[in-house]
Amino acid sequence: MDSFKRAQIIVGATFLVFTLVGLPASAQSDFAGEWLDLGHEDIEVDRRGGAVYGDYTGLPINEAARMRGETYDASVFSLPEWQCRPHGVDFMPFGASELRVWKEVDPVTQEFIAWRMHWLRSARDRLMYMDDRPHPPEHAPLAWEGFSTAHWEGNMLVVHTTHMKEDYLRRNGISRSSLATMTEFLFVHGDYLTWTVVIDDPPYLDEPLIRNMSYVRLPQQQLPAYPCPVVVEEVREKGFVPHFMPGEHPYLDEYGEKIGVPPELLRGGAQTLYPEYRERLKELWPEGFEY
Amino acid sequence: MRRQPHNRTNRVWLARVTWLMAVPLVLCFWNPAYALEPQSDDDQFYVWPVQGNVYILVGAGGNITLSVGKDGVLMVDTGVAEMSDRVLARVRELSRQLDPSGPTRPIRYIINTHLDEDHMGGNSAIVESDFFRPLGGGEQVIAHDNVVLRMIDAPERPAPSAVPTHTYLEGQHRVNRFFNGEGVQVIHMPAAHSDGDSIVYFRYSDVISTGDIIAVDRYPVIDLEQGGSIQGLLDGINSIIDLIFPEFRSQGGTMVVPGHGRISDLTEVAYYRDMVTMIRDRIRNAIEKGMTLEQVKEAGLTLDFDPLYGREPGTTDRFVESVYRSLIEG
Repeated sequence: MDSFKRAQIIVGATFLVFTLVGLPASAQSDFAGEWLDLGHEDIEVDRRGGAVYGDYTGLPINEAARMRGETYDASVFSLPEWQCRPHGVDFMPFGASELRVWKEVDPVTQEFIAWRMHWLRSARDRLMYMDDRPHPPEHAPLAWEGFSTAHWEGNMLVVHTTHMKEDYLRRNGISRSSLATMTEFLFVHGDYLTWTVVIDDPPYLDEPLIRNMSYVRLPQQQLPAYPCPVVVEEVREKGFVPHFMPGEHPYLDEYGEKIGVPPELLRGGAQTLYPEYRERLKELWPEGFEY
Repeated sequence: MRRQPHNRTNRVWLARVTWLMAVPLVLCFWNPAYALEPQSDDDQFYVWPVQGNVYILVGAGGNITLSVGKDGVLMVDTGVAEMSDRVLARVRELSRQLDPSGPTRPIRYIINTHLDEDHMGGNSAIVESDFFRPLGGGEQVIAHDNVVLRMIDAPERPAPSAVPTHTYLEGQHRVNRFFNGEGVQVIHMPAAHSDGDSIVYFRYSDVISTGDIIAVDRYPVIDLEQGGSIQGLLDGINSIIDLIFPEFRSQGGTMVVPGHGRISDLTEVAYYRDMVTMIRDRIRNAIEKGMTLEQVKEAGLTLDFDPLYGREPGTTDRFVESVYRSLIEG
């Protein structure tokens, strides 16, 4: 083989490699279809009747977020303004809602614009834009579904979300602010979808909150409509907002007493997420000591 | 002599190799996304559509709400005086952009939601400009009567062109023309941020401009010296909630332009109402326990909301003090 042919092969191989690396993003993975969330252990904490008062375990919250929880009255959900609130975009993957995903394409050019997602309890559909469009300016409206742009890193979809309405991190008053941003990592492997959510919320979190959920494909799934009428649940004085005074929440320690653990253990905080906290636990909870 | 052709061949294929290598490299690394976007000084000063005929102009002090259409422009508030040239230029540009081949659509009306300088400081410059051309027989600058009374009573006499020309005393005023295809309703909110507050309801666009009764990025200012009160403020917010029809799940539908902060809907207004109510209740509870203003300030009764609404230094103390005094003075 003469040197020119060798060069042609090298160039051809180089071109092939670069071409493959530069394949259109849409060729990476296909999320389209019906998905059922697998729930995991979080389903008991974050869904069904919602979390119990005072249990903030696993949440890297600060004092301000803790105070939101410690003055929270679940009766606020009975107000007309909140009866039909959906889960926010960061809670939705953990909200025991079946999911449908499909592609949004430009009807003229067939160009892939976004992944469109509909959960059973969605407000509007969620869109993850793949076309490099900018996020809206600061004063644009917030949405339960936020505003998301996404790109591929290998076969993992990386999603960046802003403009999220304030929502709960846990349904016992622990809130995530509207100033938060979110990064998600979605990865399909066979019939399973792994969904990792990282929330940055400096007003209420000392460190990012990281959560995971798994979905499994369920092609025969049909999502029904999920309407929500507002009704008068309780006749109240106009403008009444249920809440407890700081330091006067009557049910805050109930859960700790029920399961017999030190109150501090349930109050969350970044320090409780690290192995070093086991030393503190030994002080709080000496062997053989019962709360 | 035998090597010369070979050297020439080498040079030729090296040139080809270089060229061929360059093609995939350029193809792989050329990406429009890498192109630097031009930096703009308008990140904090811009117009954004709200709904229907209505737009928000951000960055000139308080939010400015604009109705733009075939009849011209209606402005709710005019921002600070220092920004008037830019405001006028941007409004002129927007009016032209929305109908490039049509006739000029100038500013026909100004409505002032309240007295503050960051909401009506631009009145004079706009009224005196050649782009302010009121319709014959129509109102020009509209506000509640108390706004004018307080301007007249102010130690510094305002420029005549800054003073509203048409005021109302009753609960509401209706702009006397069907403007840009809709009725425009000016509704008085008594003793809220001040005693001269109006909200402006665009009936077809389904947008409410609230002035400083709602400012979703900060604690409300209750101007006790200008007749404001905590209960009036809460009554005002709850009245606005009564006007809002959400599209679905507390979202969309009637949109709200607050005096400060982002375009909102029922969710943001309800969150705001909840926050103000909870803090009012906490301070009232502290007063009932006999706590002084200083003790209330030190008690941290707003700690949970400070990261959201108390980001500007001094705003938390000012809010707590105004609520305390308003409750004490009744």
